[in-house]
This record gives sequence, C-alpha cells and structure tokens, in this order.
Amino acid sequence: MQERGSVLVYAEQEEGEIHQVTFELLGKGRELADRLGVGLGSVLLGHRIGKQAAEPIHHGADKVFLYDDPSLRDFDVIRYARNTVKLLEEEKPDIFLIGATRIGRTLAPRIAAALKTGLTADCVDLSLDANGDLIQIRPAFSGNIMAQIKTRTKPQMATVRYKVMKMGERNPERKGTVVRKKAEIIEDTGMKILEKTEADEVNLTEAEVVVSAGRGLGRPEDFKLLEELAETLGGVVGSSRPLVDAGWIGKDHQVGFSGNVAKPRVYIACGISGAPQHLFGMRDSDIIIAINKDPSAPIFNVSDYGVVGDLYEILPALIRELKRESGKEDA
Amino acid sequence: MTRDLNIIVLIKQVPEIEKVRFDYEKGRLDRSSAAAVINPFDLNALEAAVQVKGKIGGAVTVVTMGPEKAEESLRDAIARGADQAVLLTDPEFAGADTLATSYTLASAIRKLGAFDLIICGEKTIDGDTAQVGPEVAELLGIPHVAFVEEIRDVDKRRVIVRSKMGRKYYLVELTFPGLITVTKDANTPRLPALRDKMRSRKTDVTIWDTEDLTDVAHKKSYGLAGSPTWVAKIYAPLSEKRRGQILEGTAEDVAERIVQALRVHRILR
Repeated sequence: MQERGSVLVYAEQEEGEIHQVTFELLGKGRELADRLGVGLGSVLLGHRIGKQAAEPIHHGADKVFLYDDPSLRDFDVIRYARNTVKLLEEEKPDIFLIGATRIGRTLAPRIAAALKTGLTADCVDLSLDANGDLIQIRPAFSGNIMAQIKTRTKPQMATVRYKVMKMGERNPERKGTVVRKKAEIIEDTGMKILEKTEADEVNLTEAEVVVSAGRGLGRPEDFKLLEELAETLGGVVGSSRPLVDAGWIGKDHQVGFSGNVAKPRVYIACGISGAPQHLFGMRDSDIIIAINKDPSAPIFNVSDYGVVGDLYEILPALIRELKRESGKEDA
Repeated sequence: MTRDLNIIVLIKQVPEIEKVRFDYEKGRLDRSSAAAVINPFDLNALEAAVQVKGKIGGAVTVVTMGPEKAEESLRDAIARGADQAVLLTDPEFAGADTLATSYTLASAIRKLGAFDLIICGEKTIDGDTAQVGPEVAELLGIPHVAFVEEIRDVDKRRVIVRSKMGRKYYLVELTFPGLITVTKDANTPRLPALRDKMRSRKTDVTIWDTEDLTDVAHKKSYGLAGSPTWVAKIYAPLSEKRRGQILEGTAEDVAERIVQALRVHRILR
C-alpha cells in the first residue's frame, strides 16, 4: 500500500481571530488522522498572527504552517489560494478540510481547481471507509436527500458546515511545531479592497439560535417578544416573508427561499404555518421547535417539538422559565 | 478602450425545487413532475449583466452546459435581455461534478474569445455547492469575488462590488477580466419583455459539442470521466420524517419541556 499523507485543516482567520469552525475541523481532523495513523497539520495565513499559531495545536494539530506576511493582511483569494496550493503540493496531504463559511467557500474551489482535485461542498459529516478513503456526507437538493461522496484524487477536499462537528477540548499544554513558511508575494491580483465595514446586520446564516415569527404575530411591536427570547438564548430574530413584505421587519431577517437560509442549532418557529418557501430556509436546522395555534399547520411535519398553542402565552412563559433557570445557575 | 464590454453569464437549467420529490421506494429523486427553469440565482446574474450593459454598453452572452432541452432556458435568458447564447451539449459532458463542469465551461469561454466580466449566480438550487464560479475563475486564471450583494460602480476597465465575508462587508475593485458570483440581494430580476420574447424565438443558439471544443480542451476532462468526485450513495435524510413530539399542557408545562429539550440538545448548558 502506498504511503498515506496527512490530514490538513485550513485555519480561517479574520482580523487575527481564528474562526471557531477551524477548531471543530481540528477535532474531526484529529479523529481521522488517528484512525489513519498520520499527522494532523493546519495552515494559517495572515499578518501579525504569530500569537495565534499555537491555537490549532491546542486544539489537536501536530504542526502549524504559518504564513505571516503584510501581503496577507486582508483576505485576497488569489494570494491565499496560491500559497495554500504550494503548501499542498509540498506536503501532499490525503485530506484537506476547510470551513464552509463564505471565505472558505470562496477559497476552496480555487484551490481544488488549481490542483485538479475533487471538492465536496458543505459537508455535515465525515468518516472513513475500510480503505481509509474519506466519506463525505452532505445534503443535496435543498435537503431532500443526503449524499455520500467520495473523491478519486488527492487531496480529498471538503468544506464543512460550521457548527455540525463537535469542538475538541482546548488543551493549552499540548505541544506541536510551528513551521514558519515564506509567503509568495503576488503584487497585483486584479483585486483591491477599497473599504471594509463592520457588518452589524443580523447574520441568520451563522446564528446558533433563531427565533422566527410568521403570520401568527399580531402586530409589528410584538417582535419585542421574539427579541427577548432570542436574546435570552443568544440568538437572532427571523421572520417569514409576509411580515417582511408588510414592512414589519427588515429583509435581513427574512428566512426562506427568497431570504436567508438559516442552519442554527435550534430554530423556534412562532406562528409560522410552514409554507415550502419558508421550509427551504430552515429545514436544515438541528432542532426545530414550532408553536402554532393550528394543529394542521405543515410546520409540525418538520418539527422535532411542536406546541399547539398561542405564541402570546407560550413565549412569555418560556422567557420566564429560561430566566428562572439561569437565575438558579447564577445563585 | 473603445471596444464594447463582453459580458458572459453562466446559467444552469434546474428542476423547480418544490416539485422534486424523493422516491423512498426506489431511493432516487423523482423529477418527473418538476418543470425545468433557469436556476433562480442565475436570474440575478443575468439581470446584473443586463444592467451593466444598459449602463455602459456591451454584449451579454449566456452559456450553459446541459441536455438539449436546456436550449429553452437559453431562449428564456435571451427574452430577459441576453444577446446571444451558447449551449454545450454532448453525452460526454454528462455526469460532471463541479470540476468537470467548470472545465467544460472554462473551455467554452476560451473558445468564445476575449471577455471582460463573467457573472454567475452564487450557487444552484440543485447542486448547492457555490463552487463552479470560483473554479471557472481559477481555470481561466482570473480573479473573482463571490457572494456579491451589490454592484456599486462599473466602467469599461473594472467593476466595484460589495460582498460580505465573515463579519465584514468588503468593497472590492475588480479589474477586468474577472468573475463575480451574485446573491439574490444584488437585484430583482426582470420578467421577459414581449419584444425580447419574439427576438428569443428568432435568435440562433450556438450549439457546441466535444468536437467543437477539441482545440481548447482535453476529452478526458469532461463529464463523468473528468470528475474526481462520485456519489457513493444517496438516501433520504431523517429530517424528512422529522415529525416529532407534540408538547401538551399549560403554557408553563410546555415552557418547562422546551427548556428541558434545549438542555438535552446542549443548547443550554
């Protein structure tokens, strides 16, 4: 049998802060590397990020390939891809994992195309077959089916959805090697960042908890109730389309086919009947809780927990219960 | 530069998503009741192209790879403002994953000659990978900006686009030739105009097969043969049968059960 390459994880950073999905991938990557009997590496690109280089090691990496260069200060897909491709050509890993964030999904296809290797998008699970080849599991057809994908070429590349893998325990005692690499400088990539602004709008796509309202909501002011619940759970407020169209809440909050696709750990649908258009935007949530007065509402067909009742009674009770619980912990 | 802008829009014909059902007995997708339409995100791409053309002039060429009937979608695109259309169709193209698809599209773009801007939808609703745009850009050796939410400005040399990545909005100047993928926020696609509908029936659609691409591509890189990934298995996810527990009792009882559930699923610690 030919010698196996390592498992490599892309460490995504923004403004010097490593994205959590990286640590989730390192957790999974460690598991895969141990089963294959190979090392786990991580590649980190940026500027003045040396301090962060130990983090992947604390989360399970044996080796971190660090590219610290002023030209890599901001994300430039050509510079980031070119340097990563060079590393992959040198290191020849068997498996290369990238977070399925917007940055990851911008970068990964370029790398895969440059290496003429396969790339599986937005995986929700990874495992190994008897030959040690990667089984990549992803939803297809907007969640109608699940597919197991395999890759004939190396590295086997996958982007992996944020928040589907368990993050390993951080161990600051863990030791590993930081390999400082010299970045290839590409002066003109054809792209220039003119301005960066904080995106302070609601980010439904990456939210852990979404509390959404539909036509069951009586008046725009009552979004306060949802906001309170969302805040208690550290989440954000979503909405079905009719309320957005009526101008009750901004389009940023819209969940559904013509809005945002939310994939939180928990989705609480309040007074939402569950039209297919809406289901498209939330059916991949880990847990769906539905509150609706109408027992025949289709939303109950996709819910893990259903409450046939009035959101104006359930939500205040739920907020009280959550506050009581957190009070207990503080005490 | 005096030459008019050459804009290429990559589209895909997809089944109408709500009509597709999973046949649990046969273990495969049943598309029979689904009409074929232009991928909705590609309509935003086409609209962006037509708007750019309206602003500074140019020609919009729409390109698709697919079965012969994908020609309908190309005519639809012409009715929505495209000037010309290219259909890449050949049994050899079939069964392509994103890399083989990108390779075929990139080869056709090379054959078309000089271009300035390629616009794609951010993803397709059937494949849902968002990979073909960036892969085409890499294969053509041009820069790209994905997930563009706004085209702020355009002239014959460059486009300025706004895109959200991570926690930030980036305003990026992309010098031509370049590629962008647009989200549904980029614009509201127009409906076909009557006059353009007439024109779409009369316009010739260029049809290319593997023979037509021999000078720009290797046959081995197309379709199933050129696809490094393969589907080992498909199955219906459990979530399709998610119908779960109905929680009953007073509002307080129900609230307590929900909190318990949030603990069980470790949303509350």
